[in-house]
Amino acid sequence: MTAEAIAEAPVRPVEATPGKQPMIGAPVRRREDRRLITGQGRYLDDLELPGAYEAAFVRTPHASARIRSIDTTAAARLPGVIGIWTGADLPELVKPIPPKVSNPLLRDMPRYPLPPERVHFVGEPVAVVVAESRYVAEDAVELIEVDYEVLPAVSSTTAALAPDAPRVHDELDDNVAIHVTQVAGEPEEALRTAPHRLSERFVIARGGGHSMECRGVAARYDVGTGQLTVWPSTQSPHYTRNMLAYFYGMDEDDVRVVVPRDSGGGFGPKAQFHGEDAVIPYVAMLLRHPVKWIEDRSENFVATMMERNQVHHVEVGFDDDGKLIVVKNVFEHDQGAYCAGLQVPMITLSTLPGQYRIPNIHTELIGCYTNMVPTSSVRGAGRPQAVVAMERMMDRIAEHLGLDPAEVRLRNMIRADEFPYKVGLTFRDGSPLTYDSGDFPSLTKAVLARFDYDGERERQALARSAGRLVGIGLGAYVEGCGLGPYEGARLRLTNDGTVLVTLAATPLGQGYETIYAQIASDAMGLDMEHIAVATGDTSRIPFGQGSFASRTTVTAGSATLQAGRELREKIFEVAAVLLGAPAEELCFQGDRVCAGGDPGRSVSLRDIVQVSNIGKHGITMPRGVPAGIEVTSYFSPERASYASGIHAATVEVDPDTGQIKILRYVIGHDCGNVINPLLVDGQVLGGFAHGIGNALYEESFYDDAGQPQSASYLDYSLPSAIEVPKVELVHQFTPSPLNPLGVKGAGEGGTIPVPATIANAVEDALRPFGARITSLPITPAKVFAAMTATNHR
Amino acid sequence: MGPGVREPTTTVTVNGARLVANLDARVTLLDALRDRFGLTGTKKGCDQGTCGSCTVLVDGRRVLSCLTLFAQCDGRQVTTIEGLADHPLRAAFIKHDAFQCGYCTPGQIVSAAALIREGRAGRDEDIREYMSGNLCRCGAYPRILAAIREVASGAHA
Repeated sequence: MTAEAIAEAPVRPVEATPGKQPMIGAPVRRREDRRLITGQGRYLDDLELPGAYEAAFVRTPHASARIRSIDTTAAARLPGVIGIWTGADLPELVKPIPPKVSNPLLRDMPRYPLPPERVHFVGEPVAVVVAESRYVAEDAVELIEVDYEVLPAVSSTTAALAPDAPRVHDELDDNVAIHVTQVAGEPEEALRTAPHRLSERFVIARGGGHSMECRGVAARYDVGTGQLTVWPSTQSPHYTRNMLAYFYGMDEDDVRVVVPRDSGGGFGPKAQFHGEDAVIPYVAMLLRHPVKWIEDRSENFVATMMERNQVHHVEVGFDDDGKLIVVKNVFEHDQGAYCAGLQVPMITLSTLPGQYRIPNIHTELIGCYTNMVPTSSVRGAGRPQAVVAMERMMDRIAEHLGLDPAEVRLRNMIRADEFPYKVGLTFRDGSPLTYDSGDFPSLTKAVLARFDYDGERERQALARSAGRLVGIGLGAYVEGCGLGPYEGARLRLTNDGTVLVTLAATPLGQGYETIYAQIASDAMGLDMEHIAVATGDTSRIPFGQGSFASRTTVTAGSATLQAGRELREKIFEVAAVLLGAPAEELCFQGDRVCAGGDPGRSVSLRDIVQVSNIGKHGITMPRGVPAGIEVTSYFSPERASYASGIHAATVEVDPDTGQIKILRYVIGHDCGNVINPLLVDGQVLGGFAHGIGNALYEESFYDDAGQPQSASYLDYSLPSAIEVPKVELVHQFTPSPLNPLGVKGAGEGGTIPVPATIANAVEDALRPFGARITSLPITPAKVFAAMTATNHR
Repeated sequence: MGPGVREPTTTVTVNGARLVANLDARVTLLDALRDRFGLTGTKKGCDQGTCGSCTVLVDGRRVLSCLTLFAQCDGRQVTTIEGLADHPLRAAFIKHDAFQCGYCTPGQIVSAAALIREGRAGRDEDIREYMSGNLCRCGAYPRILAAIREVASGAHA
C-alpha cells in the first residue's frame, strides 16, 4: 500500500456503535475555531479582573553580580505605586525552586524566585513593583537604583569548562552541574578495532520557545474562604498549584490554578515554573487585592527559559559496508544559570542511537552552569541535537565509503520484525530504552519514493554540472513520547444531560475541546454534540501533570477512552432499570438511550440525570440505580512510546551570498494511530516551521560577558511566511501497543530532524568545495566562511 | 495616570462606532483598544512593532497598534478583527486550518484583508512577502497562504 493510500485510511482502533460514524480518525474541524477567528478567544490578558493592579519587575542587567543595595525610595513616591518588594523584603520566598527533573548526580544550586543577594543571569528579577497600571509600574522600575558588584561571567559551555573559568556558583569548584555516562556493549574496545572511524564536533545554538503570547500570571486572594485563585499562562496547572502550595505552605485545595481557556502557544517554556509565578500570587495575598503580571517581549527574551545549546563530540566506528559498530558521543549541555530540570539533556543522552542497530554505544553528558537564562524544554526537547550528532555522521560514513547516504541508513535500520527493540540504554522516564513499534525501512522507502530520490540525485548532478550548488539531505529520528507518569480524565453526566470530559491537561492550540470529544464519542457511542470538554482547572480534577513531551493524547486520550466506556455502562445501568430492559440491548440515539433500537422504549439523558444525579428530596432511589453518574480514570503508560520519521530535503546554496534556498522538502511521519488527521498535519507542519528556525535562523546570542545580543525579533529571526517552504507529507500509521488507542505523540516530530536534514543537504551542496558545516543555525556567513576556508579550486 | 501628563481628548471611530476618551498621551492604540474599549481581539505579541499580532487598520491602512499612539488616531477610522465580522477570510481560515493557538490570528486576518483589498495578493510570493510581518509560532504559514490565496482569487464565493 502506498503511503498516500494509508493516509486516507488510518487505522481505527475503537469500535464505534454500529450505524454511528466513527469520530476517531475523522478530520473533524475544531470547536475552538469560531471564537479564535472572531477575536473572542480568552487569553490571560483578556480576563476581566476589575481593578487589578499590575506588576513589573526590576531585572539585573549583569550576568553575574552581587547585590550591594537596592534603593526604592524615589519609586515608592511615584503616584500610583502600590508596593515594591525586593528579595530581602520577602524572606518567605527565599526557597529554592526544585528542578523539574532531577538526578542524584546533579550538583543542584538554589534558584530563588527573587534572589536577595546574588544574581546569575541578565534578566533575573531582583524586585517587583505593583502599581495601578503597567505604565506606572514600568516608570517606577526606572526609578529603582540597584548597586551591583559586577563579577566575571561565562556564556558558553566551552568557556564554562575552560581551565580557570570564572565560577557561575561560588559554592562549586567548577561549572559542571552533572556528568552522566550511559554505555551499551563495549564501546571503547569497538572503537579500537573498528575498520573505519570518523569523528566530528557539532555546535547547536541556543533558541527559544517564542510563543506569540508571552508568559504571565494573575492572582486573587479571597480572605473569606482563604482561597487563592491563580491564572497562569502555563502548560502544567497542577504542577504550578503544587509549587505554590509548597512555597506558601498552603493546603493544595486552597490554591486553585485556572488556566485561561485559550493559550497563545507554549512550546515548552510554559511547562516550567519561573520565579515570577511564585512572586505575583504572593504579593496579591499580601495586598488582599488582585495583581496581574503580563510578561512583555523584552522580558521574554531575557527571562523565559530557552533550550538547544549543546556541543557534541561524536565518533563512529563502522565496517566496509557502512554498518555501524559503535557510536560514542560526549556532549556539553548548557544548563544556564540554574538547573531548572534535567529532562532535556537526559533525552539527548538516549535519543542518540535513533533508528539504527548499534551494538556498542557510549553516550555522555556534561551539563554546565553558565551565566545565561536557565534552559528547559523547547519543542523537540533535546532530540534535535542528538539527531544532528547521529544523522550528520551517517552522511559522513556514506561520504567516506563512497556509498549513497540513503543506502547506508537502510543498511543500519532496525527492522520491523525486531520490535519491541531494546537499545541497551535507559530513557529519561526511567525505563529501559525500548522502542515499542515502528517500521523505519518502509517509511524511509515511502519518503524516498515521494521525494523521487533517484530523480532528485540525477537533477542534482545536472545542476552541479551547470555550476549550481545543489544538495540533498536526509534525517531520520525516533521520538520518545507519551511519557508518564499519568494523566486523567473525569467524565460526568451533568444535570443538563451533557457529558462533560474534564482533563487536567491544558491545551496550547492543539484542539483539546475537539479531540477529546471525538475520543469520548467513540468510547461511549454517543454523538459528539452531547459531549463537552473542560481543561486546565485544578479545582475540577485533583491530579494531573500537564501538556508537554508529546504525551497528552497517549495518556489523557487513553484515560478518556477508559472513562468513556465506564460512563456508558453506568448510564445504561440506570436506563436498564428505567426501561426494564437488559443493558446489552441498549444504545444511544441522539440524547436518548433506546432499548432494542425502538425509540418508543427510550429515556433521555436528562431523565437519567433526574433519577441518578438530582434525585428526590429524602426519597429512596430505585434499586439498581447508581447515585451520581461520574467516572474518573487515570492512565499510566508502562513506558514511553516511540514515534518516528524521516525527512528529505533538496537545497541550493548561492555561492555569492551563502544564502540557502529549500527547493524540496518531504516529511515522513509515524505517530501511530491518528485521532484527527487534520490536526496532526497541522502539528507536523508547525513543528517543521520551528525546525527551519533552528536550522537556519534562530540564535539567542550572548556575548562573552553574558549580555544577550538578540533580544528582539529584529535580531532574533523567527521564521516568517517567507522562510517556511512548501512541504509534502507522507504518513505511516504503526500503532503503539502500549495504550488502547494505539497512539503516539505528534507535537514535536515535525521539528526534530529538520536541523540535521538541512545541514546534511547544505554540506552535500558544498561537497565540491569539501566544505564542512558543523554549527547551527547555518547562517549565510557560516556558509561563506566554510566555502572560503576550503576553496582549493 | 501620572500627574502632569497631558491627557488629550481623542475621538476615533472604531468598527463604525464613535468613541471619545481622554487618555495619557503615551497610551498606545493597542492598549486603548484592549483596556479602555474592551476590544481584546487585537493581541499584544511583542509591543515592539516586530510580530504583527496587533495589526489593525487605520483609515484602511495596516498599522501596528503597539507602535501607534492613541492620540495620533484623532478623527480617524480604526478597524479591528471585531469589525471584520463578515469577511470571507474567516471561513477560509477555518477551512484551511490556518491557525492553532489563535493568538496571532486576528493580526493575520486584518493584515490579509488589507492585502487583498490593496490587490497585492495575486501571487504566492507576494502574499508571503506582504504577510512576512505577521509571525506565527504555531507555524501555520502554508495554510494561511492557502486561505488568503483562496479569498484573493475569489474561489471562496
